[in-house]
Amino acid sequence: MTEKYKVSPAPHLHDRTSIPSVMWNVVIALIPALVFAVYYFGLRSLWLTLLGVVSAVATEALIQWFRKVPITVTDGSAVLTGMLLSYNISAGSPWWLPVVGSVFAIAIGKQVFGGLGNNPVNPALLGRAFLLASWPSLMTGSCWVKTSKSAVMSGINLDAIASNLQTVAPKVHNLVTGATPLKVAQLIRDPNIYPEFSQKIFNGLIDLGTLKNLFWGNVGGCIGEISVFALLLGAVYLLWRKIIEWRIPFFYLLTVFVLTFFFGGIKGSGYSLTLPFFHLFAGGLMLGAFFMATDYTTTPMTKPGRIIYAVGCGVLTVIIRLVGGYPEGVSYSILFMNVMTPLIDMLTMPKAFGKVKK
Amino acid sequence: MRFKTFPGGVHPHDHKHFSASAPVEEFPLPKRVVISMSQHIGAPSQPLVKVGDEVKTGQKIADAGGFVSIPQHASISGKVTKIDMFPHPAGASAMAIEITTDGEDKWVDLVDDENFLQLSPQEMKKRIGEAGICGMGGAGFPTFVKLSPPEDKPIDTVILNGVECEPYLTSDHQLMLEKGPEIVSGLKILMKTLSAKRGMIGIEANKPDAIALMKKLLASEKDLSVVPLKLRYPQGAEKQLIYAATRRKVPAGGLPMAVGVVVQNVGTAYAIYEAVRFKKPLVDRVIAVTGSIVANPKNLRARIGTPFADLVEHCGGTNAPIGKAISGGPMMGFALPSLEAPVGKGSSGLVLMSQKEAGSIEERNCLRCARCVDVCPMNLMPSMMVQAVKADDLTLALRCGLEDCIKCGSCAYVCPAHIRLVQWIDRGKIRHAAAQRGQK
Repeated sequence: MTEKYKVSPAPHLHDRTSIPSVMWNVVIALIPALVFAVYYFGLRSLWLTLLGVVSAVATEALIQWFRKVPITVTDGSAVLTGMLLSYNISAGSPWWLPVVGSVFAIAIGKQVFGGLGNNPVNPALLGRAFLLASWPSLMTGSCWVKTSKSAVMSGINLDAIASNLQTVAPKVHNLVTGATPLKVAQLIRDPNIYPEFSQKIFNGLIDLGTLKNLFWGNVGGCIGEISVFALLLGAVYLLWRKIIEWRIPFFYLLTVFVLTFFFGGIKGSGYSLTLPFFHLFAGGLMLGAFFMATDYTTTPMTKPGRIIYAVGCGVLTVIIRLVGGYPEGVSYSILFMNVMTPLIDMLTMPKAFGKVKK
Repeated sequence: MRFKTFPGGVHPHDHKHFSASAPVEEFPLPKRVVISMSQHIGAPSQPLVKVGDEVKTGQKIADAGGFVSIPQHASISGKVTKIDMFPHPAGASAMAIEITTDGEDKWVDLVDDENFLQLSPQEMKKRIGEAGICGMGGAGFPTFVKLSPPEDKPIDTVILNGVECEPYLTSDHQLMLEKGPEIVSGLKILMKTLSAKRGMIGIEANKPDAIALMKKLLASEKDLSVVPLKLRYPQGAEKQLIYAATRRKVPAGGLPMAVGVVVQNVGTAYAIYEAVRFKKPLVDRVIAVTGSIVANPKNLRARIGTPFADLVEHCGGTNAPIGKAISGGPMMGFALPSLEAPVGKGSSGLVLMSQKEAGSIEERNCLRCARCVDVCPMNLMPSMMVQAVKADDLTLALRCGLEDCIKCGSCAYVCPAHIRLVQWIDRGKIRHAAAQRGQK
C-alpha cells in the first residue's frame, strides 16, 4: 500500500484538442488557397509564402530564446501568422517584403505583449498594416502581377468593350485591366472621371463572367485572397472540424451582402443581385471573414459579442470600400473591431443560467 | 421517442462498455470495513461506539452530528478495532470507525411492511432519516433534509436521476435493470412524503433497455413517467436535469425546491425503498469497478466501508500499472493517491486509468477561443473567471459567475490550452468564502 498514483484535479478526461491541433488545422485549411495562387501566379507565390513563414518562426524562436521562455514554435501559431501575412501581399512583391512583415507581425504584434493569447490585434493584419503604411505603392499595385491564365489581369469581364476601350481610351483600358477588381470599382465611383465608360465598366464588374473569374481566382490580388473556391474549401474544413464557429463569418458576410446590395451601385445603375456577390468574392473578404476575423485571441468570447463584432467588421468594410480612400477595407475593419473586443466582451457578459433579470 | 436536453454541455466518449451489462455481483463479506463519519454534506456523524465494542450489521454506530447530517451504521458484524483518521473516498482523510469482521454477518432485526406505501409520510421520513441515507449520486446531501422543505415551498414534482452522464459509470444503469419495481416504489415513497403529484425518471439515450423497462413498469401509472434524455454531460447535474425534464430554471443561488422539484438518484430511491419497507439502514451500494486496465470490470454490490483495494482484487486486479485511481466518475471524481480509501455512500464508481491515460499536458496561455464559454451549462465565462482569479480580482470573478459554477468540468474538458479551469475556479470560490467570513 505504498504505491502512489497520480493525483490531479477533475476532470480526468480531455477531448484531446490542443493549441497545436487547432493551429495546424488552420494551416491545412489555408493550403488550397496557396495551390490556387501557384496555379495563377506561379511558383513565386510559394517562395514568398515560405519566406514569410520561416521569418515568422525564426523571429518567434529568437525572441522566446531571448526571453528565456519555452520555445513553442512547433505549435503552429507562428507558421500561421507568417502564412497569413504572406497571403496579404502581391505575388510580385520583392523577397524582403514578407520577411519584414512577418518579423514585425511576430515581434511587435505578438511577442511584446507576452506571446500567444495576449496580443490585442491580429498579428498578421498588424504586419500588413505596417507594410501598407511603409511601402504603400508595393502594397497597392505597383507590383501586381498578371495571372498567367488570363490576358486581362483584373479578371473583369470586359470582352465586349475591351478592344473598343483600347483604341478610344487606352488610359482607361490600362487602368481597368491593370488593377484589382475592387480598385476598378473604386475608380468608377466618381462618374465624372470616366463618365462615358463608367456604366459599361460597372456592368462588366457585375457580369457573371467576372463572378466566375473571382470565384476560381483568375483575378489580380494578393497571394492568398484570389480564389473564393479555395478559401471556401478551407472554411468548410474548419467549420466541420469545429475550429471556427459560424457566427463571425456568417454575420460578417451577411452584413456586407445587405449593405452592398442597397448602397453598392453607381448613379443610375439600379439594384442588382450580382453586385453583392461581387463584393463578397472580390478582395480579401473571404480570407478575412473565415481566417482572420475568426482569430480566437482577438475576437469576443460571448455569442452576442461575436455577432456585434462581425456586423461591425461588415459595416466598416463596406464604408471603406464605398466611401473610403482605400479600395479594400477588410484588414482595417478587422483591426478596428479587434481593439473593440474587450469592450464588447464586458458589455455582452452572459447571464448565468437561472439568473433573473434585474 | 422524443429526447430532451439542456443548453451547453459536452459529449465525451462514454467508455461505459467495460462494465455495461455486467450483472450486479454480490461482493463477499469484507474482512474489515472503514465507516467514515463524513460521507455526506453537513456536520460529521458522532461515534456512539468505542474500540472493543461488538456490533451487528445494521447497528447504528454513529449519530447525526446536526440537522444537516446523517447517522452511520455498521456494515458488517464484528468488533470495533479502531476509531481514527482514515483515508477518505474523496481524497485526504477523515474520522472513521474501523470494524473487523466476526465472519458471520449477524444482522439487527429487520421488518417487512408489505403495505409500506400506506405508512404515514412522517413514519416514512423517520425511517429514511434513521437509515442514514444521503444522496448516492456523489454529492451526498442528507436525504431526509431534502424531504423536509419549508411550508412555503410546496413540491409538485419528484425527479429520479437515472441519467448517469459521467463516462465509465454503469452502476445506476444496472440497478435500474435489476431493481426496476423497487426503484418505482422508492419514487412513490418520495412523492408521498413530499405530497408531490408528479414523478419522473430521467434516463439518457445510451440506456435504451432501462428506458424501455421503466416505460413498461410505469405504463399504468398516470402520474409517473420516463423522461428520455439526449446524451449530454452534465445532464445529471440537478439544475440541468430539472431544466431538461420540466423546462423550469432553478434560480441562480437557489435550490430545486424553489421551482417545486426534488431530485433523487435512482440508487437513493432504492435505498429509500429498503429503508421504508424493511427498516434496513444504508449499509451497501452498487459500485462500478471499471477502466481499461481492470482485468474483469464489474458492477459490485459492496458493503459501505469496503476498501477499494479489495474490490480491485475481486475484479482480478489490473493488467497494467495504475496511473490514476478515480473515486467517482472521471469528470468530477477524485484522483486517489492509493486504493486504501473505502467505499462511501456516494461512491458510484472506481475508475482505474493506465499511466498513459493518466498523462496530462502542461498548461499554456489562454487563447480566448471561447470553447469554455460555448460549453458552460451554467452560461458563465470560465476563462475570464480564471484570469480574474489569477489576478486576484474577485469582483470580476463574481461577475463572470464564480458562485454559479457547478464545477462540472466541461470547460476544462474542451480547453485546448489544457488550463485546469476547475481548480482555479475552486481556488476563487475558497478565497471568496474566506473573504465573506472575514466580513462577518
